Amino acid sequence: MKGLVAQLTGQGGSLAGMPYELVAALVMLLFGAIVVFVFVLPVAGVTSWLERRVWARIQSRVGPNRVGPQGFLQWLADGIKNMLKEDIIPTAADRWLFSIAPYLVVIGFVATFAVIPFGANLVVADLNIGILYITAVTGLVVVGVLMAGWASNNKWSLLGGIRSAAQIVSYEIPAGLSIFPIVLLTGTLSMQGIIQAQGWAPWHWFLFHSPFTFAAFFIFFVAALAEGNRTPFDLPEAESELVAGFCTEYSGMRYLLFFLAEWGNLYVIGAIVTTLFLGGWQVPHVTDNPVLLAVLQFVTFFLKSYFWVFIAMWVRATLPRVRVDQLMTLCWLYMVPIALVNLVATAIWMTVVPAGVDRMVQLAMTAMGAGIIVFFFSRVRFHLRRAKLRDIDYYYSPII
Amino acid sequence: MGYFTNIKESVATIFEGMSVTFSHFIRRPYTVQYPDRVPIRIQDTLPFRYRGILEVDLEICTGCLACERACPIDCIVIDAKKDPQTKAMMLTRFDIDIAKCMYCGLCSEPCPTGSIHHTSEFEGADYSLESMLRRFVKTPVIAYKPKKGPETDPEIAPILDRGMAYLGDFAAAGEE
Repeated sequence: MKGLVAQLTGQGGSLAGMPYELVAALVMLLFGAIVVFVFVLPVAGVTSWLERRVWARIQSRVGPNRVGPQGFLQWLADGIKNMLKEDIIPTAADRWLFSIAPYLVVIGFVATFAVIPFGANLVVADLNIGILYITAVTGLVVVGVLMAGWASNNKWSLLGGIRSAAQIVSYEIPAGLSIFPIVLLTGTLSMQGIIQAQGWAPWHWFLFHSPFTFAAFFIFFVAALAEGNRTPFDLPEAESELVAGFCTEYSGMRYLLFFLAEWGNLYVIGAIVTTLFLGGWQVPHVTDNPVLLAVLQFVTFFLKSYFWVFIAMWVRATLPRVRVDQLMTLCWLYMVPIALVNLVATAIWMTVVPAGVDRMVQLAMTAMGAGIIVFFFSRVRFHLRRAKLRDIDYYYSPII
Repeated sequence: MGYFTNIKESVATIFEGMSVTFSHFIRRPYTVQYPDRVPIRIQDTLPFRYRGILEVDLEICTGCLACERACPIDCIVIDAKKDPQTKAMMLTRFDIDIAKCMYCGLCSEPCPTGSIHHTSEFEGADYSLESMLRRFVKTPVIAYKPKKGPETDPEIAPILDRGMAYLGDFAAAGEE
């Protein structure tokens, strides 16, 4: 991008004479807008459609299937509908804060896309503090949510906003502590550096590096779900208690922006998990064609992160919402101590365990992971067979 | 429960719960995609005595006004009078206001020929109240006159058979 800007402002360039910094800022804005409209919005939209479909199927329903093939364009219909709706600002609300709160939430999540590495060369900015940057900008979401809760001048909104702030601030700690073992192992905070330290094979992933990184992975995933206000930690927008929490008073496009951030955040969670623990875009060296390789890397990364998006939806359909005290107990009594133990144990592991044993442990952990998956599917088979035995007419009801 | 027991229990139960929900994920959904993605029309699956929207077979209506009198909310209006020249009973009006009808079925029970009966049609939504008023008599018709023996007119016989079968079904239900 530096080259492009230099070419534009240099001798004979189309923008010759303009100050370098201004052109650089414009080019960055343009790229940002392109990334947001071409990638972020469709990803958030498709996630919303997928979530409704997955959730419906788990509840033995069909879900939205009328707009486009299998309802795939439902997100477009919803988006257009919400854009055409009236944007109501309550009289008693703080107009200025009320208006900008959704944008802060969206900025907090869109800014993370700057460092997400979709391929070896497909990254907007490979910052040397990548993962730190992500934890920092996602903190902006708290500001937006708290602002929305306060500015609405509504008790439900305020309670939702405060719950959200308490929750996000608490869960930043186990999330941060679970990132540290990976930072210790790689010695870098850069997202690309973390991926390059792993390989394409599962036993090269940090997920199966040692029992401690395995535990760190689950703690990070749960903490990320809590930070993204996802079920079972969706207390800030608990419908049964708080109407819609901090977005109670919002309508139209501003309301949609909160949900854009929520669904987009889901993908960001998947991408961070993939980067840290699942080898990111690493693919076996199958081709020398750079374009084909880039596409392959992108697809690998995208599928891996979408798998975790799917898991988050599945968790949402499985678990009930926790109470506030349970939320805090889980964080401070269970996840923080275990994450601390993980951190210290990983440091000891790195100094004590010799390289040969290291490899053995990685292979053993991978085998254990495969074993867990096999056991899981045997349980699924058990439940399917039991359902068949219990209600026989289930499978040939006259009307389906 | 102890600290580690708690962790073990929650991991094990969440694992089991996830396997239950996944088994539901790969099953077929229960949903009936009414109205356009059903293999057979719902109307065809309903029983013979299903109380849907009312219908009148004018060919076998005797003009006895039994249904009009039976209707508890007066949604049936019939005008029947003797033609002074031919001495035949003429039906000039037979209106049923579907918007008022409460589908109680009291009108179809006293009908001597089973002319007024419920159909299995239940999709009655419409854009105006006026169009819910069904006018069955377009031009005045001669009311049906029951014969001593079996019906001989080949056009009316099947309609009458159906009407009597409808009434017979009511009687059978009452005996039980």
